[in-house]
Amino acid sequence: MKKLELTLETLSCPSCVKRIEGTLNKTAGIKNPRVLFHANKVKTQFDESVISAAEVATIVEKLGFPITHKKIA
Amino acid sequence: MKKIQLVWISGLLLLLALICHIFDFTLWKNNALLLATIIAGATTAKTAFQAVRMKAFSIELLVTIAVIGALFIGEYVEAAAVTFLFLFGSYLEARSLEKTRASLQTLLDMSPLEATVIKDGEKTILPIEEIHEGDILAIQSGEKVAVDGKIISGQASMNEATITGESVPKNKTTEDYVFSGTIIDQGYIEIIAEKVGDDTTFAKIIELVEEAQETKAKTQKFLEKFANIYTPSIILLSLFVLIFTKNIELTLTFLVIACPGALVISAPVSLVAGIGNGARKGTLIKGGEVMENLAKVDVVVFDKTGTLTEGKPSITNIQTYGIEENTLLKIAAEAEIISEHHLGRTIVQEAKIRHIPLEKEPSHFDIVKGHGLHALLDGQHVVIGNRQLLRDQQININTPMENDAVQLEKAGNTVIFVAIDKTVKGIISIKDKVKLEAKTAIERLKHYGIKQTIMLTGDNQHTAEQVATQLHIDTVHAEMLPEDKVLFVKQLKEKGYRVAMVGDGINDAPALALADVGLAMGIAGTDVAMETADVVLMNDQLQAIPSAISLAKATVKNMQQNMFFAVGTVILLLIGVLLGKVFLASGMLIHELSVLAVVLNALRLIRFNDKRNKHIHTAPPIIEVQSNE
Repeated sequence: MKKLELTLETLSCPSCVKRIEGTLNKTAGIKNPRVLFHANKVKTQFDESVISAAEVATIVEKLGFPITHKKIA
Repeated sequence: MKKIQLVWISGLLLLLALICHIFDFTLWKNNALLLATIIAGATTAKTAFQAVRMKAFSIELLVTIAVIGALFIGEYVEAAAVTFLFLFGSYLEARSLEKTRASLQTLLDMSPLEATVIKDGEKTILPIEEIHEGDILAIQSGEKVAVDGKIISGQASMNEATITGESVPKNKTTEDYVFSGTIIDQGYIEIIAEKVGDDTTFAKIIELVEEAQETKAKTQKFLEKFANIYTPSIILLSLFVLIFTKNIELTLTFLVIACPGALVISAPVSLVAGIGNGARKGTLIKGGEVMENLAKVDVVVFDKTGTLTEGKPSITNIQTYGIEENTLLKIAAEAEIISEHHLGRTIVQEAKIRHIPLEKEPSHFDIVKGHGLHALLDGQHVVIGNRQLLRDQQININTPMENDAVQLEKAGNTVIFVAIDKTVKGIISIKDKVKLEAKTAIERLKHYGIKQTIMLTGDNQHTAEQVATQLHIDTVHAEMLPEDKVLFVKQLKEKGYRVAMVGDGINDAPALALADVGLAMGIAGTDVAMETADVVLMNDQLQAIPSAISLAKATVKNMQQNMFFAVGTVILLLIGVLLGKVFLASGMLIHELSVLAVVLNALRLIRFNDKRNKHIHTAPPIIEVQSNE
């Protein structure tokens, strides 16, 4: 399990947050996804053998949220 | 294309449509409206489509359906106005929301990006990701410290505002600790990195504030429950309207107002602004519930040492009985040499200042928690501690000695008896100075509805009372052990008080955890206290406590105003729609205006400054004098 932190463009609608969390929760290899609405961030744990950080980022971008910064720890 | 450009283009097209309307160019008017709808609505529709593809629901979907529906029934004006308002509204929302988050952003902008590393005598500038523990960094005037670490050479006056909120520079030199994010005002230092990257105090503050902004207040939880019921029921209602009345316009209006915008955002915007305001001043309030609890506090309990006093005790007097002063000090210091108690360390420190060589180590050593210690030193039985310890050891304190002790205690000293082979040989007096601003801070608390201030201390009754009288503290409880403090807080809570406990976060951690709100102060650099306390005061200024309470009250008030406004708007909107006064475009307009109104109201908190807070920087900066051994 690795940690991923994505910084998004300014989030302005709290309900959008649910969309990101909901979708990530249904994705295999992702654990405890959390959206920090006020910090414009998505924090999650992911299993490298199942999904790559880039793939997680693509899912978020496909939901309509451009990513400005990516950090893997 | 950027959102603002889209807003401009569709706005201009709406204007064009209006002109065409005046001159009766119906075809051109409708074309302009259609184009405006497409331009403004495209991004909304795209987002809606993306969400649908990921099997997720979105407000954009409702708006898109409403707009398509409006076009279908030939309501071009409504369709264009709704898309324009939605786009313009979300642009303004994002802009103003950024402002409520500005405090944290200012902190983030202070993050150091690179540092000068000294390796094999050569200096290289490296990005902070490439700096490791144990690296030696060089920092000069105007530069930011990039890690937490210890100064190994040089000296500098440091601006630590990013950590403590205190902008008066502090002098630091060899052996002192410096923090990432602080700036050298003047000077040059070389430091050895101890904590890097996410482990630095600065990184932890940012993470803590980010997390705090997400934790929900009770008000917020209520509003979210409301919104969770509101949106689906409005959608259901619109379906019923469609099936039973076949009134398409009313159906679409319901879809537009189903978005709970102002409702879900009203509480969090206030909270973010309030938490951000605190963070900028070095007061970290951990989330919505803490904010609500802090606003309701009516009793403040202080631990004395390190909170009301400076926590830097020094020896004021050594009273001896048939022994030379330095001999007594030497014996006491040798017995205390491995003690970790702050009073023990003060004795050892004093011996070092007087250049007394400490040669022997105790062969046997026994600590009696909260009372003192006894030790076997060079065949002598040495007992150092308070009255209780001497009583337990059956050592007699005669009347003249007791009188001396009481006199010293009434002058605000903590007295420590030193007995050698069952006879009292001396009394060491130690005093910890009361903080300069303590009295005004306590007075200010009363202005914010604090009914009672209480001081708890392990110290003796006389000293405790002396400090309390000086500071106008209502109640004092002396000679308390850590477990007594926990019990005391528990009893206060049982009596129905809302208790805030202030301590250093290390010795009183259990009492802090038990209180309704636990405030830890002056603890930059101690991770445990940062994690356990509800409110972390990065500097050790007592004024931060009344300021935090007044900020909490203002934030909660702001949150309530927003909540009433948001719920009220929803109700009025519903009534308006049912009475046939509100349609698509006006529904969207009211919705967007209400969102902006709550955000603007929250923005007032960013500038919130406590008016009674004028004493905070009047204390002269304490210049630390380094003692040379």
